[in-house]
Amino acid sequence: MKLNFEVDGDDFLLAGEASSQVKKVLKQLGVASDIIRRIAIAMYEAEINMVLHANGGMVDVDISPEKIYIVFQDTGPGIEDIELAMQEGYSTASDKIRELGFGAGMGLPNMKRYSDDLKITSELGKGTKVEIIVYLNREGD
Amino acid sequence: MIEYLHSVTLQEDKCVGCTDCIKRCPTEAIRVRHGKAKIIDERCIDCGLCIKVCRNRAKKAMTDKLDCLSEYKYKVAIPAPTLYAQFKDIYDVNVILTGLKQLGFDEVFEVSRAAEIVTEESKKLLKSSNLKKPVISSACPVIIRLIQIRFPELIEHILPVISPMEVAARIVKNDLIKRGIDEKDIGVFFISPCAAKATNARNPIGIEKSHVDKVLSIKEVYKKLAGTLKRLDKIENLRTSSYDGIRWAMSGGEGKGLEIDNFIAVDGIENVIKVLEEVENGKLVNVDFIEGLACTGGCLGGPLTVENSFVAKNKLKKVLKNTLEEKAGDCANLHTEDITLFWNKEVLSKPVMSLDEDMNIAIKKMEELERIYEQLPQIDCGSCGAPNCWALAEDIVRNNANIEDCIFMLRKKVREMAEDMVALAQKIPASLNNKDF
Repeated sequence: MKLNFEVDGDDFLLAGEASSQVKKVLKQLGVASDIIRRIAIAMYEAEINMVLHANGGMVDVDISPEKIYIVFQDTGPGIEDIELAMQEGYSTASDKIRELGFGAGMGLPNMKRYSDDLKITSELGKGTKVEIIVYLNREGD
Repeated sequence: MIEYLHSVTLQEDKCVGCTDCIKRCPTEAIRVRHGKAKIIDERCIDCGLCIKVCRNRAKKAMTDKLDCLSEYKYKVAIPAPTLYAQFKDIYDVNVILTGLKQLGFDEVFEVSRAAEIVTEESKKLLKSSNLKKPVISSACPVIIRLIQIRFPELIEHILPVISPMEVAARIVKNDLIKRGIDEKDIGVFFISPCAAKATNARNPIGIEKSHVDKVLSIKEVYKKLAGTLKRLDKIENLRTSSYDGIRWAMSGGEGKGLEIDNFIAVDGIENVIKVLEEVENGKLVNVDFIEGLACTGGCLGGPLTVENSFVAKNKLKKVLKNTLEEKAGDCANLHTEDITLFWNKEVLSKPVMSLDEDMNIAIKKMEELERIYEQLPQIDCGSCGAPNCWALAEDIVRNNANIEDCIFMLRKKVREMAEDMVALAQKIPASLNNKDF
């Protein structure tokens, strides 16, 4: 099944609405709680990123019994050096954002840690696409 | 045996079938059916919010009556410290405890004294253990039930110590048995601000069996006790608890006693849910401890109290000031070495929100749910008896409701039917003469 959300870029204090909604749906689907938690954390980080850096964007969630596939698409400034952005502690957040308690440089590393697959494609000046996959039955692998 | 799930019940004759309680229930556990509120048993966590919001006082908690005292030979009252904040111009705990005894109890033992023991054990656990951060307090039974239902992955964050009520009951029974009294003759009565505690006495969490025999609401003892307090000639020196234990009655009391600065004290179930959401999102890993209490102001705001939470806070502060001026009496018979202070039964998640055990079916149902939700007006009016349009869509998918339960959908259908009928009425069979009809 598919879910779509628009993330509002104006109000970062409300960021997390999409991940909250997805959490609610996953609980009703009976997804294991540790998996829900990983998705919640990864999604929340991605959502916050879209609000802080790209003035919002779109989230598409595709849920199947095998996996959860989430695409975050924005039309923000893009990421110059993805490898650098993946490093813990690296952040391009402004002082203003840091004053608000964000910009610790843990967003992308956390997304990677809590997902099974993370793919980032970005074009400067055009936008960024973040794809996250979390498998639901990984024990057999 | 049917599992005892909750203490909150409905007095049908008083319920007018309005939407006040269904809209406020944090687990969406109430529906209006045939003009009366119905509680979905496995979803109710006994927060008592519906008791507080019901304008007709149609919700109450199943607690015991003072008459139960006659069932036991040896009766001990274990009052929650919230009791101390209920009376007008009485701030001396000894007066209240002496009065309690005069209601027919042989002894009293303060839950606030037990709370001090719990604090000491919690301090040790927090220092040594490898509990997941932030550690979540186990003091409020509603919050534990909420976590079981809505935040199952946070179960392993809960501090696995038994509650002050349970510690108090164990201390009392252990001591009396040592003094040669037969266990079956002992009745331990918890004087409670809380509906969930009544459930815990019958069906505890984290332990096999509670040592509390009966639960009396503060409302139940208040009238008789308030009268007695005015007629006392001799005040016994019964208080053994101090500032730190009594302070548990209000939000932040437990946390402050733990002597850690890095903690969050949050009260009011809607606020607690917001904080737990943040824990779930991994945002609070740098916090050591979370004290979440379901009622506004903490236990002082409990649904079974008499005094308003905010006024009670003012009164409790006066009680606390008093305890600082006068030293607590000794309590020689604690024997805490005999008592287990920790949970010994696993606390399990309760996936009552799940649409189906089989995820393939659950996904199908969820897709159907979304499709139905899209048709609904999405104004969450509650006229269908469900708290919001999403919940109605969920009920329809679970075969517990029909789409026509929505008055807007019903009106739409009636209109469509009427339009069809008008259209049909204008159709004239070709064989007939137009003029005749």
